[in-house]
Amino acid sequence: MSRYIIRRLLYMVVVLLVVSVITFGLMHAIPGGPFTREKALPEATLKILAERYHLDDPLYIQYTSYLYAVLIPHFTFTPPSNSLADDFLLNVKLGSLWIRWMNFGPSYKSRSRTVNDIFRDNLPISGQLGVMALTVAISIGMPLGILAALKQNTILDYLGMGVAIFGVSVPVIVLGPIFVWVFGILLKWFPPTGWGAKPPYFLGFLPSDLSWEFFKYAIMPSVALGMASSAIIARLTRATLLQTIREDYIRTARAKGLHERTVITRHALKNSLIPVVTILGPLFAALVTGTFVTELIFGIPGMGKYFVTSITNRDYPVIMGTILLYAVFLVIANLLVDITYAYLDPRIRYD
Amino acid sequence: MTQAHLEATPKIIGAAGAPLTQKGESLWQDAVRRLFRNRAAVLGMTIVFLLFLMAIFANVIAIKPFELQVLVDQNKVPEWMVSLFPTMKDYAKFSEDYPIGADYVGRDLFSRIVYGSRISLSVALIGPLISLIIGVIYGSISGYFGGRVDNIMMRIVDILYAFPSLLFIILLMAFFRSTLSDIEPGTFAYTISKADEALGGMLFIFIGIGLTAWETMARLTRGQVLSVREKEFIEAAHTIGASNIRIMFKHILPNIIGPLVVAETLAIPGYISLEAFLSFIGLGVNPPTPSWGSMISDGSRALRTYPNQALFPAMALAITMFAFNFLGDGLRDALDPRLRGTQ
Repeated sequence: MSRYIIRRLLYMVVVLLVVSVITFGLMHAIPGGPFTREKALPEATLKILAERYHLDDPLYIQYTSYLYAVLIPHFTFTPPSNSLADDFLLNVKLGSLWIRWMNFGPSYKSRSRTVNDIFRDNLPISGQLGVMALTVAISIGMPLGILAALKQNTILDYLGMGVAIFGVSVPVIVLGPIFVWVFGILLKWFPPTGWGAKPPYFLGFLPSDLSWEFFKYAIMPSVALGMASSAIIARLTRATLLQTIREDYIRTARAKGLHERTVITRHALKNSLIPVVTILGPLFAALVTGTFVTELIFGIPGMGKYFVTSITNRDYPVIMGTILLYAVFLVIANLLVDITYAYLDPRIRYD
Repeated sequence: MTQAHLEATPKIIGAAGAPLTQKGESLWQDAVRRLFRNRAAVLGMTIVFLLFLMAIFANVIAIKPFELQVLVDQNKVPEWMVSLFPTMKDYAKFSEDYPIGADYVGRDLFSRIVYGSRISLSVALIGPLISLIIGVIYGSISGYFGGRVDNIMMRIVDILYAFPSLLFIILLMAFFRSTLSDIEPGTFAYTISKADEALGGMLFIFIGIGLTAWETMARLTRGQVLSVREKEFIEAAHTIGASNIRIMFKHILPNIIGPLVVAETLAIPGYISLEAFLSFIGLGVNPPTPSWGSMISDGSRALRTYPNQALFPAMALAITMFAFNFLGDGLRDALDPRLRGTQ
């Protein structure tokens, strides 16, 4: 198992390197630079700006120095300063020695902020939205699927699957405006836009007080975002549970006189969970990318807007930072899913 | 008959021991029969058919050109809209020229929704086509030859799979759009950008979807090929000296096409919502061309005052997605009854 995990970790590093190369290459291939304006800046200004951000270096030097700043921990005796070029995500103090890691660089567009500032301010909010949506997806999807499978071909089954087909057919860009209009404007149950949690955050991203103030903003967007995923989970849970229930070992369990509840929870559910776990990887990817439309619709100040605006602004460090960040999330999610998969189903070979 | 193993006439031994021949029914005939017995699937098919008619005859059905702006008619709504949205009584200007209202620059919403179906439906057609062609060729080569070829090809897919595809499409869109806007005539890039312009920006959407959607297909095809490759009839084909290409296309492909078609049909709503999503964030179709996604995006800005501008295109998108989902589910049940949840 540990060999498998090590191999997967190495593999993850390769994937991330490829992602960073492709992103770096593509974004520099897009014509126009970060300082291209409708009214062109003077030649001399452009030259100074290019020099300041090292944009006049050859691309491979820019790339390697970016990787160096992000990947290699820096050991120094000088404490962190307020300089934009000196903003590291992790700062650890050991005696008088500072270990500092991950400098994603300054933002070209908002001159007083660094990419790390954007991560610190906006990422927790996207994280909260993502976690809430995942909670909604699992807590609606699994019970719905189990119920539909256990009461197969009854009204409950049809109702559950009706809800599920609604979920997969109504994307967040449809559900979002409908929610805002019905619950935000017509019924006034929830504020139509905005976000309730404010820093400081617990553990870096969880809201420090889970009061109505947080939930009244969070409920609508997380249901809108989680709905599609809950439908996928519900359908998959139903299908696999139905298959498992007809296995011989379930018959054996029933034959030896076990309680129906024990049969379902101990024998059927545990085994039918495996395919559901595998879908969590792609599902997580969908949620992560879904957060940014959701944020646009509900006016949530998360990472979302930086995806599109950083590209149109040619804000190179922000493009690299956001894409790498999300790529890291996705590959870690996939890794966790694969490890859980291997753990749940010992038949899966590690090589 | 190359599909002989599928269409073999079953011989039933009667009570007297004499063989009774029953008229054979091919897999496909059987599937079609099952599909038409499924009411939800028939409903889905009907809606999809009507949508295609609407897209083809959009210029006949639409009452105004989709790009016609009448600035004095901004945000106008017909009288009946008040019964749906009572608050409009206080501030809306009325005009019966627009069946479901005009948008923020005075374009007819109904006509734009009708024309918008062209975008969604062409994505529904082209998306599967591209991903099927690339994915099936890639996946069957990988699965058929196996060994090192398979290993390398699948690692490439794995890496691409880990790449957040939506971000990739956004990057590509930004790249295409800005590169080709100031390119000199006569070059290949110029031809592409002209073609894209002529299609209202759809070409790059197709390219973006095609570049990312084939990976799932390649994996599925490979798995299917692996499961068929070792069967006796393939061995038989090898012994009579059939070439690799012949075996792949004549013996393996017909046997695995069912699950692939089902997977593609089930993926169609995904393509449609991806296009709507891209247009929603402004990286889809070029502005005058109507897409349901961009209409929802424009409309949601006026959600408080003129909800009709966002809700009607949203309904159109939802109905289309429903129809394709019903059709996909029906096809899956018809072609692979085992997946129906073991009735």
